[in-house]
Amino acid sequence: MSSDPHHTPKRKNITFWLSLVLVGGIALAGVLSFFWTPYALSDMVGGRLEAPNATHWAGTDRLGRDVFTQLMVGARIALIVGLGAVAIGAAIGVTTGILAAFATRFLDDALAAFFDILIAFPTLLVAMLVVAAREESSLDTAILALGIGLSPIVGRITRILTKQVLGQDYITAARVSGTSWLSIVFWHILPNIVPFLAVNLALQFGLAVMAEASLSYLGLGAPPPNASWGRMLQEAQGTVYTAPWGAIFPGLALFVLVIGINLMADGLRDSFDPSKRGV
Amino acid sequence: MTLMTVENVGFSYGTGQRVLKDISFTVPRGSNVGLVGESGSGKSTLLRLLLGLESPQSGRILFDGKPLEAKNARYMRDYRKCVQAVFQDPYSSLNPAHHIRRIVTEPLRSLNVPGDHLEMARDAIAAVGLSPDTLGRYPHQFSGGQRQRIAIARAIVARPELVLADEAVSALDLSTRVRVVDLFEEISERMTMIFVSHDMGVVAALCDRIVVLDRGHIVEAGETETILKDPQHPYTRSLLASIPRMPATT
Amino acid sequence: MSNLLTVNNLTLATADKVLVEVLSFSIAHGERFGLIGESGSGKSLTSLAILGLLPPAIRPMGSITLEGEEIVGAPERLLGGLRGSVVASVFQEPLTALDPLMPLGRQIAGPVRRRLQREGRDRDRATVKGEVHDLLDQVRLPDPKRLYGSYPHEVSGGQRQRVAIAMGLACQPRLLIADEPTTALDVTTQVEIIRLINTLVEELDIALLFISHDLAVVGQVAERVMVMRHGRAIETGDTQQVLTRPQDDYTRNLVTAARRFDDALEGQK
Repeated sequence: MSSDPHHTPKRKNITFWLSLVLVGGIALAGVLSFFWTPYALSDMVGGRLEAPNATHWAGTDRLGRDVFTQLMVGARIALIVGLGAVAIGAAIGVTTGILAAFATRFLDDALAAFFDILIAFPTLLVAMLVVAAREESSLDTAILALGIGLSPIVGRITRILTKQVLGQDYITAARVSGTSWLSIVFWHILPNIVPFLAVNLALQFGLAVMAEASLSYLGLGAPPPNASWGRMLQEAQGTVYTAPWGAIFPGLALFVLVIGINLMADGLRDSFDPSKRGV
Repeated sequence: MTLMTVENVGFSYGTGQRVLKDISFTVPRGSNVGLVGESGSGKSTLLRLLLGLESPQSGRILFDGKPLEAKNARYMRDYRKCVQAVFQDPYSSLNPAHHIRRIVTEPLRSLNVPGDHLEMARDAIAAVGLSPDTLGRYPHQFSGGQRQRIAIARAIVARPELVLADEAVSALDLSTRVRVVDLFEEISERMTMIFVSHDMGVVAALCDRIVVLDRGHIVEAGETETILKDPQHPYTRSLLASIPRMPATT
Repeated sequence: MSNLLTVNNLTLATADKVLVEVLSFSIAHGERFGLIGESGSGKSLTSLAILGLLPPAIRPMGSITLEGEEIVGAPERLLGGLRGSVVASVFQEPLTALDPLMPLGRQIAGPVRRRLQREGRDRDRATVKGEVHDLLDQVRLPDPKRLYGSYPHEVSGGQRQRVAIAMGLACQPRLLIADEPTTALDVTTQVEIIRLINTLVEELDIALLFISHDLAVVGQVAERVMVMRHGRAIETGDTQQVLTRPQDDYTRNLVTAARRFDDALEGQK
């Protein structure tokens, strides 16, 4: 398919490589945080609100904890929650989307309306409702909540893509060849919608990271000692004039990660588009 | 010997208008039958019924003496081993994500046909005049005419008794069309074929029997020679008269 | 008398491909000229080049003169003035050529109003409506009142194509370009549209550039014909000559192919 070497045009996709650097850098920091951080996460190892210096590369927060360590752990959280949410959102969304595409007129209209109504709710609001329903805020809850919040968008796109594929003659040809509907879904539909879905899922990943930061900012995300960038922002609020680095660094990290993800989605879309033109 | 009999078949989509009304005709074994009609004639719907993709609301279809039970999965399994199809749009009938080997062997896999699938695919590709390395490539690497040949290879790979061609050359350029028509001529020596088309010229070149459809009815049916020489029904007459002809060679 | 349209060494190319190569032909006033080609021959691009509607990625080189004006490299203002008043077009698929959300009467009224403005005449509703009715008459559409208020999807394919022709004629062009105008139509409708085009071109004394892949159809419409292949002109000449005694091998192949189906219809397989 798109892994066919004859397929992909040799394009100088600068944006894509740049995005890999940005996202990769942050992912690396996150992975590294499992094995090594400059200091322990909750230890008060330095003076309060120290500016960035040689011993504390990003300074310290109001309790004397190392900010750089928190940034690294924050990267881990952002990525885990982002990927987890996208995984759940995709699992729910793709399944319901494909079912909706196969549904008869009435059921299809109902499901389409259902998706649209869900999408009208801000993802954050849905996430907050899920957290409230589970009566606790934890990493798992955050992932679940965001996953559910994302799923209707994925569902709607999947439904449309699937319908397009269902209109193609090769689906009729598959039926005439005796292929079962289940096989048709796995071997004919999924391979043809995944490229377009992948672009959308990449964008959802960015949204999930932002949403997680928002949840944590509101105190609804993973509780301490998990250091989410959102929570770091919330904690730095009070001292933003005297010790701005407490807010700048997590803010910058969020910015870099989300921009990187969006560029990656752009690059993905570019690499799929021309080859999909077919003729 | 009759391979297929269509008896008083009627069909409508949902509660809408009747698309097919009281359709009856036979397909003798080994013959080529052309189903001719313009848009709205119901020929595409008739094709879907013959392929078991829909069930008629009235009447029945007999294949090899037995009724076509479109809803019986077991029956359809065997039916599809005997009846295959080639579709109109070569750019839509091949899955762009699959390589040709996968596409051509799909009927063999799905219908559990015994034998060496790769070998059978190679035979089919050769039979349609394409080189063996076609199997390793992807649809986008081929032209419209070549894709149609691949579609034909897929249709004949399981060695069906009957092949239905739905406007199979309509989307092709003239020079390609002639070559694919030649291919169909070759293939039809070994199989029974039904050609659904709006193009009388193609049908006349390939079929020994013609069934003419107009708005869901059969208006005329019979041997090609007879219909061309002496069309009875006014619709058939106007159809034949409307076809633009090349200037006469003086 | 100078020609209405002269194409001289026209070359159309993108950054990496040449699509039309040193194409030269001319059409006299009132002449019916046919362009035969299979897909990829460059025939449609040629018509777009004449209309000045090439996509920005394609650079034209050479010369196209229409009623004395140079088209290649001309500014949009000049081209806009020529479109409709000197050259008009009818394309293959009437469903996409017409605005699905606008009643047919209004769609024809558009170009009519432009012409009235150009002629310095009154553009009040009554005058415009009158002109539109005249046009509907000209393209032999019955029941103009009903058609005036109908939407494209409410009428048949043949009727839509007649409306498209009416719109093309609304500005009283000198050259009508018809690109596969009957390909999407039923064979019985095709006959009527061909007859209509032939009659109109005669009545209004306008030139016709008729583009098609169907040799027999072109044979019924054009006086002179040019065969294109891969962007090049293969053979040009009197239609009867080219279709009965083709000089070039490629043309000969096309003619043989077309005759194969013709002969089949005569009962000779």
